[in-house]
Amino acid sequence: MLKVNDINVYYGAIHAIKGVSFEVNDGEVVTLIGANGAGKSTTLQTISGLLHSRTGSISFQGENIAGVPAHKLVAKGLAQVPEGRRVFLQMTVEENLEMGAYTSSGNVAGRLEKVYDRFPRLKERRRQIAGTLSGGEQQMLAMGRALMSDPKLLMLDEPSMGLAPILVDQIFQIIHELHVAGTTILLVEQNAQMALSVADRGYVLETGRIVTSGTGAELLADDNVKRAYLGG
Amino acid sequence: MTFFLSCLISGISLGSVYAIIALGYTMVYGIAKMLNFAHGDVIMVGGYVCYCALNYLGLPSLVSVLLAMAACTALGILIEGLAYKPLRQAGSLAVLITAIGVSYFLQNAAQLIWGATPKTFTSVVHIELPQTLTNVGVSSEALVTVLVCVVIMVGLTLFINKSKLGKAMRACSEDKGAAQLMGINVNRTISVTFAIGSALAAVAGVLLCSSFPILQPTTGSMPGIKAFTAAVFGGIGSIPGAFLGGILLGIIESLAKGYISTDLANAIVFAVLIVVLLVRPAGLLGKYVPEKV
Repeated sequence: MLKVNDINVYYGAIHAIKGVSFEVNDGEVVTLIGANGAGKSTTLQTISGLLHSRTGSISFQGENIAGVPAHKLVAKGLAQVPEGRRVFLQMTVEENLEMGAYTSSGNVAGRLEKVYDRFPRLKERRRQIAGTLSGGEQQMLAMGRALMSDPKLLMLDEPSMGLAPILVDQIFQIIHELHVAGTTILLVEQNAQMALSVADRGYVLETGRIVTSGTGAELLADDNVKRAYLGG
Repeated sequence: MTFFLSCLISGISLGSVYAIIALGYTMVYGIAKMLNFAHGDVIMVGGYVCYCALNYLGLPSLVSVLLAMAACTALGILIEGLAYKPLRQAGSLAVLITAIGVSYFLQNAAQLIWGATPKTFTSVVHIELPQTLTNVGVSSEALVTVLVCVVIMVGLTLFINKSKLGKAMRACSEDKGAAQLMGINVNRTISVTFAIGSALAAVAGVLLCSSFPILQPTTGSMPGIKAFTAAVFGGIGSIPGAFLGGILLGIIESLAKGYISTDLANAIVFAVLIVVLLVRPAGLLGKYVPEKV
């Protein structure tokens, strides 16, 4: 479904992503793990078109999407839940969800019902301003908002960041449910333990390069990964 | 009492013009985070286009106003596309200087086209008011100005809160990156905002010239600055703030002219602004957001 081939991304003179390649197949949950500053979020933002790669290609469902502006990718079936949630704080919960379906002409009301079924808290708070929600609720809103476009590939950037452990469990439970329902997911996480336990496959990023890859179980058992990211 | 009432009424009418102009300032600031100092001069262009349509083409008033709105809409999109869009990543000082440059350009272009000699604008309002209203100083122009302002205010509020495009504008003003991830074309949304602001500027120009019928290349600059003051006064970025700020500013100016001194009126208006900003730095209805370091 998604094939990233040898991308190089720069912030001015800083070479942030150095020849990264990986792929995500239909129905898979793939995770990119790594320390703060390894380039995980930069990679996601390059795929979603907010940043651009100088070289290499990104193919999504057989089409090269490198260089396509971000706002055109949603309609192609790519949705991103950005780092730090970035919900529209001054808009209501329901307005946020409507924005998620901005380019969709299809059954928006039906999708809204589906999102509300998955996140009943959001339904209770549909008329509330998003800025009044708790961190966990905002994360659910950000995920619901991305699901409103009925994406083929859902990219999640640090969904557990800043949340209490019980909420982290909830978020990962939802990721698991989405996976079971057949959604393809690319997950970026610092919480490697949780990420690898829900992922089919994972890639380890270190200072802009992929250093290891394997199935979730393989990486969980890998000594280097354990030492560096799992506190073992 | 009659004198007070007539001051008040002319203040509300003048304030309505300020409010309509201030809406353009505040909407553009809200979404593009820039102060479009050329906005006042778009008013002047609107006045001239309407003047030409009335006097040279002999078109009916309403058609002339619509023509002025169409011309200013196109001008607004053009200014944004040519002058501001290339500076999207530039510092705010560069954008500010560019805006001042566009302002001078428009004034001088107008002088080249229409000359520096003031033109006498014929009012586009043709309504006979009953004697009881005219006795207390209500002119038909004042009445129409206030009504138009209220209609614009209500219409714009509904548009921003209920329409898909209006919601997209709010989303862009909050977080352009996240808005893009929703599939919103941020550049186009900014263009639309300029278009709406400029169309409103044309309306303001025609109403202003109908009440104060002297049209010259600098006609827009003082009302433009006053309306900017009104937008800051009410809380820049806030639509109800622009409305409130505009009306209050008009009333203060009119009362100052009537009771204190015509010469000092502008000084008093700006003194009030300074006092308000000392007490409420974000304006009357603005939210004070401390900058994150």
